[in-house]
Amino acid sequence: MNQDKGEKYKDAYVVDGKLALPYQYFAGTVGSKFLIALRDKREILGVRCDTCGKVYVPPRQVCEKDFEDLGDKWVMLGNTGVVTNFTIVHKDDKHRPRKAPYILAMIKLDGADTAIPHVLEMVQPENVEIGMEVKAVFSSEPTNTILDIDHFEPVL
Amino acid sequence: MSAKRAAICAVAQLPFEKAIWHKRIQEMCFDVVEPVLEQTGVKFCKKPGDGGIRSIVTVSDDVFDARTISNNAIQDAVGAHNRGEDKVAMDGINAIAYAVSCILSGHDDLILLVGHCKESQAESRNMCTNLAFDPFYLRPLGLDFETLNALQARDYMAKSGVTDEHLAKVVVRSRRNAAKNPVANARDEVTMEEVMNSPMAYDPLRELHIYPQSDGAIAMLIAGEDRVKEFTGKPVWVSGFGNCMDSYFPGDKDLASNFPLKKAAKLAYRMAGVTDPAKEFDFAELNDAAAYQLPMWAEGVGLCADGAGGEWIDGGGMEKMNVNPSGGMLAGNPIMLGGLARAAELVIQLRGDAGERQVAGARRGVANGTTGAAGQLQSVLVLENDRAGR
Repeated sequence: MNQDKGEKYKDAYVVDGKLALPYQYFAGTVGSKFLIALRDKREILGVRCDTCGKVYVPPRQVCEKDFEDLGDKWVMLGNTGVVTNFTIVHKDDKHRPRKAPYILAMIKLDGADTAIPHVLEMVQPENVEIGMEVKAVFSSEPTNTILDIDHFEPVL
Repeated sequence: MSAKRAAICAVAQLPFEKAIWHKRIQEMCFDVVEPVLEQTGVKFCKKPGDGGIRSIVTVSDDVFDARTISNNAIQDAVGAHNRGEDKVAMDGINAIAYAVSCILSGHDDLILLVGHCKESQAESRNMCTNLAFDPFYLRPLGLDFETLNALQARDYMAKSGVTDEHLAKVVVRSRRNAAKNPVANARDEVTMEEVMNSPMAYDPLRELHIYPQSDGAIAMLIAGEDRVKEFTGKPVWVSGFGNCMDSYFPGDKDLASNFPLKKAAKLAYRMAGVTDPAKEFDFAELNDAAAYQLPMWAEGVGLCADGAGGEWIDGGGMEKMNVNPSGGMLAGNPIMLGGLARAAELVIQLRGDAGERQVAGARRGVANGTTGAAGQLQSVLVLENDRAGR
């Protein structure tokens, strides 16, 4: 840190602090069903809006365009999909799920109209391609989040 | 009685730095409030009807400040004690619209706007912006504004023919302009080679393509038409504003569609009576948190044809349209003040106070601000001076 501000600041303190506050977030009834199916059955569920036909994953209660209630419009999605976009993360940070470098990809699952972000493994960064077919690899330990999918990897 | 229009009468900016470690947020605010009082002679209201400032609008973010209801902690420094205060926890360009709404509705005829943000306080600004994401589906994957911007960059660059070389041109030009802007953070010139050899941060974004960590503060005095002459002979009129929101989940949307910015611009232009933005603006300030956003936002506000960002840069569009004479956000403004700093540059230019970076004869300019990653909320502001002839 630049301390070059002259005599006035020679004894100036910059005090260490931290925000660390445990929370409990309700996943919602729709989110709960998605997370339980993911954890217990290794099934990935979406919801379909009957008005616009769009299949959303992660699922949600209401279509943002049509205000349709999607809460019971469940659709089973594939555990496979295609890469629609990606970045290679070269910088480490504490909130990131892997040590750099790793691939953060957008993946459109079979049967879905929206993509989800996830970590893509078992492929060298220079070999990632948009349109690449990938499959979900499930976590061995439950997390009750999207990380119950540990990562995606190419379908060989 | 409500005013028919409102003008920005004064602006002050604390020079943006990587870490203003030696000032508390209160002092940062006070250091921009004081020059606004000095420039205009305005006083804080002591009793009702004495013509002083009675309403303050602040801009701050709780996570960056590491305290909730962060505006409460700065009430003394912004003169809010025993007066009215409202906080905008979005890009500060929206606070201008809020202030103008207060004036046009007749709620008050004089607003002091004060924004601050100190990105350096947190160990990592990306850890702060990670908290903007959903805790079940997005946050665990480490998404933050820089990584999501990188995904938007890939989509946009493919759509608009923008290359690594184009991004380097944007950065080189930003630094060259910033060198003439005494409040800019990143003012050291860089070469094309330095940018193109800068380490990859998040493909396709290199480290030099991303705005540097920045701290700073901005204040403005905004007044209704009837009161403007008390404070300045060079009012800058707020003639148009619009904003528009995109989807929250990044996988729900076409990241390159630009529709929120196009819609925000359409609303602002309708209010301002602008029909041909490429001809009617003398200059523009675009909120480029990463280099690809300069051509992308230029398309969105109508300075450049849709999908033609690469050709537009090659054809000298940035120079012809006088885009980002300040150096832009790429030269370093904290995230909450990106669009507000763009608006501040419009004010300085329209008052003829921009020194060696002055756009000759500037009459009308456009600025955008973004709230959230990849321009999720887009806000567009049109400002003009008396030479615009209305």
